[in-house]
Order: sequence, then structure tokens, then C-alpha cells
Amino acid sequence: MSNSEPDVTRESATVLNRTDLTRRLVARLKSEEAVIGGIGFTNFDLWASGQRPQNFYMLGSMGLATSIALGVAVAQPQRKVFALDGDGSALMQLGSFATVAAVAPKNLAVVIWDNGAYHITGAQETLTVKGADLVAIAKGAGLKQAYWAADAGHFETLVQRALINDGPWLIAAKIDKERPAGVTERDPVKIRLNFMNAIAPGS
Amino acid sequence: MSNNTQRETWEEIVIRVLKKNKVSLVTYVPDNVLAQLIKLIEADPYFTVIAPAREEEAVGIVAGAYMAGKRGIALMQTSGFATVVNVLASLACPYQIPVVAMVSERGTLGEFQLGQSIVCRTMRPVLTSLGMEHFAIQDHDQVEFVVDGMLSQAFTTQAPATIILSPLLTKRKV
Ligand SMILES: Cc1ncc(C[n+]2csc(CCOP(=O)(O)OP(=O)(O)O)c2C)c(N)n1
Repeated sequence: MSNSEPDVTRESATVLNRTDLTRRLVARLKSEEAVIGGIGFTNFDLWASGQRPQNFYMLGSMGLATSIALGVAVAQPQRKVFALDGDGSALMQLGSFATVAAVAPKNLAVVIWDNGAYHITGAQETLTVKGADLVAIAKGAGLKQAYWAADAGHFETLVQRALINDGPWLIAAKIDKERPAGVTERDPVKIRLNFMNAIAPGS
Repeated sequence: MSNNTQRETWEEIVIRVLKKNKVSLVTYVPDNVLAQLIKLIEADPYFTVIAPAREEEAVGIVAGAYMAGKRGIALMQTSGFATVVNVLASLACPYQIPVVAMVSERGTLGEFQLGQSIVCRTMRPVLTSLGMEHFAIQDHDQVEFVVDGMLSQAFTTQAPATIILSPLLTKRKV
């Protein structure tokens, strides 16, 4: 692992785009990695990125993308698992960072889209705008491999490192307030069955 | 059972029935009544044990693990149950994920804190309005049948369920 990680802060991070980054991430998934898409626009862009069967879309349980992903990761240590979540959602369940750090699953990466807003409910400001730094919080919770993406290329580098090297990882990207590229089909049982079939042990 | 046979404790029965139902993941936020059960589970290599910061996480983790093929249970106190309504209503119930919670009932039959007893009164109306299977174990003789029945029904019907441990089981001196 390189020690030459650039020193990126929320301030210095380039403003990126969730639709673009979700597609870049998904394009790198070659081994049936599981992806949990959090409530808000996060799961919409995951849906719009191609509806991989190994995706799980949250339509509620705000804040729990990381916890659900942790459960998947613990149950299937051989499979890489990504949790994607918005900053508003992550702020709601900060203890889950400490839980992940304590369990220390090698196969888990948490990706946070920080648009400084509860975008889907009307783009009200979140606490990250007032100075809460989710990478610093994650580090304080014990997640040593927590990084801001400097730009889109660096985001891909971090994702690639998470795919190859042991986690847990937390990758945060500062993003704009573009609307997502699609809308998730809201059929919970279908979502669960597709996901379960796709990640069934031995499948 | 004869007097000279050492009777299994309720905790030992629970552990035996969890194993019988292949429940190998236990998440919990502690409670005094659950202390011995937690101690035995943590000492047993059969179980993967996760102690998250909040009960909501405990439910989320069990839900994720279930979808990935590992059965789990979330242990908590009544006040913890009051914090998981949203995840049960918006994840476990609509997605039909059989998250089983085991809740030690505090707030009744000798409670000394008014707030605890008020929180306790919210549990059954919530379970009823969610249409969730629940049963309060009051007697040592019921432990095996109820825990086994609640677990197997949850997994065969893809329905979340709550096993309540009444003070009649956990506090009463027989
Ligand atoms: C417990 C809870 N509180 C509030 C809401 C309403 N709500 C749904 S999505 C959302 C905003 C999500 O914000 P964020 O995670 O930052 O994602 P974004 O909308 O920016 O994509 C809110 C407040 C909810 N569903 N659940």
C-alpha cells in the first residue's frame, strides 16, 4: 500500500458528480461485488448505473447502508461489499463507523457522497456544510483507511485499492447537486430476491 | 426433570435452540437481564458476535447477513426496541427480511423508573400495528418451544419476529 496518499480535505476536494462516479465505480466491479445503495439519490444513481443484480436498493432505513453492508460482508468474507450513502444518511448513524472499525471486515468499503444536502427532500443543508468532516469523523472512529477523493481519477484509484487491498475503507467524494440519472423501481421484495439470488452462496 | 439433574438455564436453552435453527450471528446492545446470555454467546466459537453502537445497526447488520446467507438475531432491551421501529417498518417488513429480535422486557412487574415503564408500553402496540409476530416467554418450560417456533416460523415465512423475555421468566425466583 502506498504511503503517498495526497493530503486532501473536504475544502480542497474537487466537486464531482454522483452519476459519473457511481458509473465509474460500477465499471470497476468485475467479481460480483455486492453494493448497498442508501436512501436518497444514492440508490437512484446506483439503479441508473445498470441495475446489476448484486445491487441492493434502500427505500427506507435511513443511515443503515453501512450496517446492512457490514452484515453482508460478515456473512460472505470472500465477496467485496460496497456501501454507498449520502452525507445526510451517514450523519444519522455515525456510530456505524466505529462498529465497522471494531469488526474490521477486510472486504468492506463505505463510499459517501457529500453534497452538503439532504437533496431528495429539498436540498436542505446538512451538517457537513457547517464543518463536520466525515473522513475525519471516520478516522476518529477508528477507520484508518478513510480518504477524500481529490478528483475523479483519484476516486477511481481509491476504489481500485479497495478492490485489491484489505479494508475496511471509507472513501468520501464531494459532489454537486445535479439530480440523479434515474429513479429506482420501488418493489422491496423484488429488490431483495434479485439481490439474494445474485449473491447466494455457491451461485 | 429429576431433582438431581442440573436443570438447563433459560440462557442455555436459547443457545441450544439458536444452534438448532442455524442462527450463528448475534448482534446486541447490552442489558442486565441479557448479561449471562451475552457472556455465554461470546464464549462460544459457534457464534459471530457484533456489538454495535445502536440497536438500529444491530437490526441492519442481521438483515444484511440474512440476505447473504447467514442467519442472525438481535438482542436488546425494551428501550432499544423503541429505537428500531423505523428499520423494522421500512426494511424488515416491506422487504420481508426475517430479522428476529430478542427483547428483554423492562418496565413492568416491579419497574422502578417511570420512563422505562412508559417506553415498555409502546412495544406491543408497535408490534401489533406492524403486524409482527411476537410472544412473551413467561415460563422456563416455554423457552424451547417458543424460541424454536418463533425462529423457524420467521425463516420459513420470511417475516420478522420478536421474542420477548418477560420478567416472569428472567426475574422470578422459582
Ligand atoms: C429516519 C428518517 N428521517 C428522515 C427521512 C426523510 N429523508 C429521506 S431521504 C432524506 C435525505 C437523505 O439525504 P442524503 O443521505 O444526504 O442523500 P441525498 O438526498 O442528498 O442524496 C431524508 C431526510 C427518512 N426517510 N428517515
